[in-house]
Amino acid sequence: MAFSQAEVLAGLAEIVNDETGIATESVQLEKSFTDDLDIDSISMMTIVVNAEDKFGVKIPDEEVKNLITVGDAVNFIVSAQG
Amino acid sequence: MAGKIVVTGLGATTPLGGDVESTWKALLAGESGISTLEQEWVARYEIPVTFAGQAKVKASEILTPQECKRLDPSSQFALIAGREAWADAGAPEVAPERLAVEFSTGIGGVWTLLDAFDTLKERGPRRVLPMTVPMLMPNGPAVAIGMDIAARGGVRTAVSACASSTEALANAIDRLRSGEIDVVVAGGSEAAIHPMPLAAFAAMHALSKRNDNPAAASRPYDTDRDGFVMGEGAGAIVLETEEHALARGAKIYAELVSGSVTSDAYHITAPDPEGNGAARAVVRALEHGGLKTTDIVHINAHATSTPVGDIAEYNALKRVFGDHLGKVAISATKSSTGHLLGGAGAIEAIFTVLAIHNRVAPPTINLDNQDPEIPVDVVVTPRDLGSGPIVAMSNSFGFGGHNAVAIFRTYEK
Repeated sequence: MAFSQAEVLAGLAEIVNDETGIATESVQLEKSFTDDLDIDSISMMTIVVNAEDKFGVKIPDEEVKNLITVGDAVNFIVSAQG
Repeated sequence: MAGKIVVTGLGATTPLGGDVESTWKALLAGESGISTLEQEWVARYEIPVTFAGQAKVKASEILTPQECKRLDPSSQFALIAGREAWADAGAPEVAPERLAVEFSTGIGGVWTLLDAFDTLKERGPRRVLPMTVPMLMPNGPAVAIGMDIAARGGVRTAVSACASSTEALANAIDRLRSGEIDVVVAGGSEAAIHPMPLAAFAAMHALSKRNDNPAAASRPYDTDRDGFVMGEGAGAIVLETEEHALARGAKIYAELVSGSVTSDAYHITAPDPEGNGAARAVVRALEHGGLKTTDIVHINAHATSTPVGDIAEYNALKRVFGDHLGKVAISATKSSTGHLLGGAGAIEAIFTVLAIHNRVAPPTINLDNQDPEIPVDVVVTPRDLGSGPIVAMSNSFGFGGHNAVAIFRTYEK
């Protein structure tokens, strides 16, 4: 069963909140992980691994640097569900 | 620079309480912080010792979930104690480059290290948290405090087993006397009530096996003592040059007169039975402070409740103090707190400072039959230390043959 974009966003927001304490409602599609949400690379790696577990996808390390915004990550996860 | 060094802030989280005030109150009331471990792993791994001195207040009740997630328990305790001490000192205004941290641990981030290895074995390398290394490193507790107060004058970690945090105090004196530093947060932390260290300490027969009566298990100087009791927590002390403290009108608890460090080179774990290294540490600390043996009125002893350790310390003290030892009020506060390993010296230094400040020596509990081989004046109920100047000593010794001593006294301008 594939997750919808809205479901991925909500799930990702929970992961971000759990790792960083950032309010889930602040995790919006157009927000940049580093510039807007102030998430460092170490937290980002933890978020990526938790997202892989939650959504059953693989996010290669070389792909992580392309995930600038929350929307980038959501779109990647949605399409990676195949 | 040979000016005085003063104590202006105290912080602690211990098996007796989540802060200094509650810990001190419980200590004076003769309470025990030792209890049966309720964790499922005790039975799962058939840990032979089923009790310890767990922190009275969980770190998660004080810190944010994110702080807990990013810090090993040893650093969580350090941050709690460090913040209390810093606030107690009135959050001194000091140039960051003249502010330093000397904060110890005996074992370091053992929970993080072993949890990460479990994760590696069970789930593979990608699931090992990226924060694992900074969380497990033994300088983690010192850095947690240093980051919190923006200390840029140097953040260091003396690691010398159970002597660690008294050694941190000795190192802090050097920093403050160098003239480079005005304020140091010193102390130590430990969070090693984990099945592996418990099993390892039990394997060397260092721990009490009094599973049926944990509160009575830590019994320094008693004929029935059978080993130490693991404890956890942290103690932090704000130390300051007298000049800096007076300039900002700080409350001063006591003076830190001197500290010293020696080593036995005798045996990796056993104390030198003659107490040579320990005696040299005491003599050096007295000399550094320009003190005579007869100046000392109170000692917070290392006294872990092991059969050989308590006697070795007595032998060392007897050699240095001679007949005067009979006039010294000796407290063995591990009877209440258990042994906080790398945090022990810090909380015992706090007890020594409070004994001076409040003019009362804290009690030693569980002393039912005093070992005739250790004929010292053990404080068993809180004892008034009189109205004159009080000079008091805190001793810490550790595996590896480490000996560290700190001497405090009543502050006088």
